[in-house]
Amino acid sequence: MSCEKMETRILAYVDGRLKEAERAEVQKHLDGCAACRVRVNEFRAVTDLLDELPVMEPSGAFNARVHALIAAEPRKRIGWFAWFTPSPRIAFVASMLLLLTVWLGSRQGPEPLIAPEALPVVENADYDVISSFAPLSDLSQVPDDDANDNDASQPQQPQQM
Amino acid sequence: MTVTRSDVQLMLDVKAGDQQSFELLLQRYRTPLVNFLYRMVRNREQAEDLAQEVFLRVYRAREDYEPSAKFTTWLFRIATNLALNSVRDHRYQKLETSLDAPIVADAEQGDERTMEVADKHPDIEQHLVEEARKKMIRHAIEKLPEKQRAAVLLHKYQELDYAEISKILRCSESALKSLLFRAYETLRVELAPLVASSVKH
Repeated sequence: MSCEKMETRILAYVDGRLKEAERAEVQKHLDGCAACRVRVNEFRAVTDLLDELPVMEPSGAFNARVHALIAAEPRKRIGWFAWFTPSPRIAFVASMLLLLTVWLGSRQGPEPLIAPEALPVVENADYDVISSFAPLSDLSQVPDDDANDNDASQPQQPQQM
Repeated sequence: MTVTRSDVQLMLDVKAGDQQSFELLLQRYRTPLVNFLYRMVRNREQAEDLAQEVFLRVYRAREDYEPSAKFTTWLFRIATNLALNSVRDHRYQKLETSLDAPIVADAEQGDERTMEVADKHPDIEQHLVEEARKKMIRHAIEKLPEKQRAAVLLHKYQELDYAEISKILRCSESALKSLLFRAYETLRVELAPLVASSVKH
C-alpha cells in the first residue's frame, strides 16, 4: 500500500473501523513507513485534543422557545374551496373540464351549412336580389303554364327588368 | 421495564400526533445540535436560534416523514445546511478574544459554560493553561473551511459513520475521507505545540 492510498484509510485505522484484512495491510505499511507512523500518532493526538473541549448546555429557555415557535405555526387552512374538492386530483380534473367548457362555448364565426361548391353559380354578377322578387304582375309576359311548372326544382332565374 | 424507543419510532409517533414523542426527541438532541452548531457558527445565540429552527423544521415535516435514512442523517443534514448558509451569509463576528489578549474566565465572557458546577481550581496557573489550550483548539477548528469543519465535528463529536456523514455533506465516501484527511492534516499543523507535547515519536 502506498502513502497516497493511506489517505483514505488512515482515519478509519485510527478510529478502529477498518476490516481485519485492510487493517493488516495498513499495519504492514506503517511498519515500513516512518512518515505515516508519525501521521497516525499525530492524528490520534488531535482526536484526543478535540475531546478537551467542554460540552455546552443549551440555555434554560431553549425548550420554551421551540414550543413557542411550534405554537406560532399556522393551523392547516380549511378554506371554502376544500368543501368542494375532497382531493387535489378532483380539483385539477374539475378545473380542466371547466376550462374545456368555456373554450368550447367561446368558439364563434360563421359556419356555412352548405359547402360553397354545392351552391349554383350565378352567371349574372349584377344579380339583384330585390328585383328577383318582382311583383307577380310582371310575370304576365311569361306564359303561365302550369304543366311546365317545375320551377321549384330549378334554380331561380333572374327576372329581366 | 421501559423500552427506549428508537429515533425513527419516536418520529413515526410524532407523525401519528404524539406530542410527547417530539418532546423526547427534543431532549435527546438539543445538546448535540447546539454544540455542533456552536462549533460551526461560533456564536452562542445564533447556534441556539439555528438549533430551534432545526426542531421547527422537523416538526413541520412530521406528516411527510418517511424513515428512508437514519434519523440523525436527516437531523444533521438540516443542521449542516442551516450552519453552512449562516456562515456564508452572515459571517458572524467571533466573540472570543485573540490569543494575545489577556485570558479571562469563560464565565465572564459568557462564551461557554462547562458542565462542572462552580469550578474550583487550586492551581490557577493550571487553569490558565487549560483555558489557553481550549482556545487554541477552538481556534484551529474555526479556521477550517466550513465543509471540513462540519466533517470533523460530525465525525468526532457525533460519532457518525462515514456513510452517514457523506450523505449529510452530499459527497462520496471517498471524497469525505479525503476531506477528513485534509482537515486532520491542517489540525495537526495548527495544534503542533499541543500535539508535540502529547506524542512520543
